[in-house]
Amino acid sequence: MKRIGVFICHCGSNIAATVDCAKVAEAAQAFPGVSFSSDYKYMCSEPGQEFIKDSIKKYDLNAIVVASCTPRMHEHTFRKTLANGGLNPYMFEMTNLREQCSWVHSDIEKATAKAIDLVRMSVAKVAKNEELFSSTIPMHKKALVIGAGIAGMQAALDIADAGHKVVLVDREPTIGGKMPMLDKTFPTMDCSACISTPKMVEVAQHPNIELMAYSEVVEINGFIGNFDVTIKTKAKYVDHAKCTGCGLCETKCPKKVPNEYDLGMGLRSCIYKPFAQAVPNKPVIDAQNCRKLVEGKCGVCAKVCPTGAIKYDDTESFTTDTFGAIVMATGYDLFKWEDVYGEYGYGKYPDVVTGLHFERMVNASGPTGGKLKRPSDGTTPKTVVFIKCVGSRDSAKGKSYCSRACCMYTAKHAHQFLDKTPDGNAYVFYMDVRTPGKGYDEFYESTLRDGAVYLRGRVSKIYQEGGKLIIKGEDSLIGKQVEVTADMVVLATAMVPSAGSRQLAQTVGFLPDLNGWYQEAHPKLRPVETPTAGVFLAGACQGPKDIPDSVAQAGAAAAKVCGLLSKSQLETNPMTAKTNTAICSGCGTCIPVCPYKAIQLESITERDHHGHRITRNVASVNNGLCQGCGACTVICRPGAIDLQGFKNDQILEEVDSLWM
Amino acid sequence: MDVIEEQQWEPKILAFCCNWCAYSGADLAGLNRMKYPENIRILRVPCSARVNPQFILRAFQKGADGVLVAGCHPGDCHYATGNYYTRRRFQVMKRLLEYSGIDPRRFQAKWVSGAEADKFRATVTKLCEDVKAIGPSRKLGGSK
Repeated sequence: MKRIGVFICHCGSNIAATVDCAKVAEAAQAFPGVSFSSDYKYMCSEPGQEFIKDSIKKYDLNAIVVASCTPRMHEHTFRKTLANGGLNPYMFEMTNLREQCSWVHSDIEKATAKAIDLVRMSVAKVAKNEELFSSTIPMHKKALVIGAGIAGMQAALDIADAGHKVVLVDREPTIGGKMPMLDKTFPTMDCSACISTPKMVEVAQHPNIELMAYSEVVEINGFIGNFDVTIKTKAKYVDHAKCTGCGLCETKCPKKVPNEYDLGMGLRSCIYKPFAQAVPNKPVIDAQNCRKLVEGKCGVCAKVCPTGAIKYDDTESFTTDTFGAIVMATGYDLFKWEDVYGEYGYGKYPDVVTGLHFERMVNASGPTGGKLKRPSDGTTPKTVVFIKCVGSRDSAKGKSYCSRACCMYTAKHAHQFLDKTPDGNAYVFYMDVRTPGKGYDEFYESTLRDGAVYLRGRVSKIYQEGGKLIIKGEDSLIGKQVEVTADMVVLATAMVPSAGSRQLAQTVGFLPDLNGWYQEAHPKLRPVETPTAGVFLAGACQGPKDIPDSVAQAGAAAAKVCGLLSKSQLETNPMTAKTNTAICSGCGTCIPVCPYKAIQLESITERDHHGHRITRNVASVNNGLCQGCGACTVICRPGAIDLQGFKNDQILEEVDSLWM
Repeated sequence: MDVIEEQQWEPKILAFCCNWCAYSGADLAGLNRMKYPENIRILRVPCSARVNPQFILRAFQKGADGVLVAGCHPGDCHYATGNYYTRRRFQVMKRLLEYSGIDPRRFQAKWVSGAEADKFRATVTKLCEDVKAIGPSRKLGGSK
C-alpha cells in the first residue's frame, strides 16, 4: 500500500504569485493514497529537502510527489533527497508547476485549478511506481574532440594533461581554426599566431593526443561512455609517413589557385599546406585543381619529392573507435553578406571587404605582407569606413542576435589602421558599442583617442564613384544624413554556425537552436553540456564568442569530460524497457523498432501446463543499450514489453486521473 | 449539461509531450513568460513514440475535449527514429477518430523543438480555440 507524501513548492513567488499553493496542498490531501501533504517556500533548499526527509520518517511515507519547477531542473536533486531519506529514488514523481503553470498563466483561480489537476496526475502515477535499480556499464576512457580551433585544441590539451587519451578531429588539412588567420588579439594586441601556433605544436606533440586532420566524423552510435564513432580521413595524395614536409613540391607545382587561407586574396599551389606554420606541417593535394588528378598530365610533385611520398592513387579511409565522451568544438563561419546586402553592393565592389579580409591584409604572413592595400588597385587607403552589425542584430536581413566580438575587433581594426596610417581617417558606423570584457572598454576609449570617428547610425548605401567609395548613412546623434568618401570599407559581419554543423548535431543526436547554434542543456546551470549525455560544447559552436570566452568554455567542457573519464563505470538509467516473459510470444516485432539494437530473441526453457519441458524464444532487452524511448512498448502485440518509469498503467492512471 | 453550464464550460485538453523537444519547448515558453490558455494538461513521455494510440482513445473515452501529441521534428528525434513511428501512427489515428465519430480537429500531432517556445504557445492556443469552437466532447458521456 502506498503512503504518498505531496510537497507543493512556492518557489518564492515564482509559483505562489499565480498558484494558491496552500489550496493545492489541501486538495492533494484528499487524493487516493496521499498520507501527507504540505506546501513550503523553497522545496529544493536544504531545509526543504530536510522537510521531505523528516516527513518520510514521521509519516512513514513510501512515495513522494514534489510539485515545483520542471523535472528537467531538479528531478535529480529530489531523487537524491529520497535516497538520503531511505527511499528508492524512483519512488518519486515531479509536477511542473512553474514552467508549465504559474509562469504561463495569470488567472489565479484557473491556474490553481490546473495545478490541482497536475498534482493529481503525479499522485496517480506515483501510486504505480516501483522500485528501480541501476546497473553499470563500462566507461571507455578516451575522449573525442570535434573541431581543432582554439576551443577544440584547448579542450583536447586539458583532457590530455589530465592523463586521458584524446582524438582530435578537424576537417581542414591543418588544425588551428580561425585564430591563426587573425593578426592581433584585442585588447592586449598580442600577436594571434604567436599564441595559437605554439598551441598547435603542443597538441601535435602531446603523447595523449592523436591528431586526425583532414578528417570528418561520419557516424556516431552508442551512448555516454560508449560512443562508437566512424571517422573518415580524406584522400591526401601524400603519404605523411614518408613526407618530411620539405616543401619542394609546393615550390615546383606549376598551377596556382586562390588560397582559401587568405580568403582568395593570395595564391597557393595545388599541392599545399594552408599556411607556413600548419600542423601537420605536411602538404595535401587539392584534387579539384591538380593537373595530374584532373587531366592525368604533370606529375611534377612526384618527380621532385625526395622521399617518394606522393601517392596519386590515395583514397579516403575510414577508422572506427569507441569514446567515453565527445566535445563539440565546430566553431563559426562568417555571415554571407554578399547574398543579401544589396545596398552594400552584393560584394561587387572589390574594396568592400570583411573584417577577416582586413585581418589577413594587416597580417605579416598575409597576401600583402602586412601592408594595407586596396584589393582593387593596390594603393594604400587613406580613409577607411568600418561598418558594424552587418548581419547581426538585423532580423530583416541577417540574424537577430549580437555577434559579441565585432565591437571589439572593429575598435582593434580602426586602431591598427590609424597606427599604420598616421594621416589616415577611420570612420566607424555603429548601432551600439558593447564592450563588456576585462580591459575592453578601456581599449575602445583608446581607439577614440587615436582619432577614430564613431558615427551612431546605419549605412543605407555604398556605391563607387571613380576610384572612391561613397558611403551614405545617418548620424542619429545629430539627426543628419552623412556622406563619407572612402578608399575602403570593412564590414563587421555576423558569426553564423559553421557549415555542416546542423548535420553533425543530428549525427551525434542532439538539436541546434533556432539560429543553428548548439543548444546547451541548461542556459545557466549546464552551459557546456548538451541534452545528450556525454556530449559537451566548447567555443563558438554554442553561440558567438571571442577567444577568452572560447578558451574558458573549452576548459569547462574538459573538466566535465575529465570528471566522466575518471570513473571506471557508469550507472545506467534504470528506466528501460523490460519484458514480461510469461506473456511474450517471441514474435520479434519489437526488434526492428528499437533504434539501439537493444532487443534480441533469447531462448528460455520452462515447463508448460502439462509439466513438459519446452524451449521457446522471448524478447530480451539489453539495459546497457536501451535508452528508454518506449517505441517497443507500443508495437508489442501481447503487451509484454513495458517501459519502467513510464509503464502503461502509470500513463493510463495519469490520463484517468484528469477525469475522475 | 444545461445552457448555463455550457456557457461556463472550459475544455480540458491533454498534451502528451516528449521530454526532449516538446516538453522542453513548453519549459522555454514558461521561461519566456509566454501566455497560453489554462486548459492544457501536459503529460511527460520520453518520446512521442511512447504514446500508444490507446492512450488517446482512453482520454477521449474518459472525456477529453482535445488531445495533443507533440514531439521532435522528423529527423531530429532524440532516439533517432521514434517520431517516424509517431508520424505514421497518428496519420492513421486521425482517420480512425473520424471513423469513430470523434471530430478529428480534437486531435493533433505536432512537431515542436526545444527551442520553439513560441510554436508551442501557438499550437496549444490554436488547439484550444478549435476545441472551444467545436464545443464539449459528448461522445460516450464525456465532459460531464
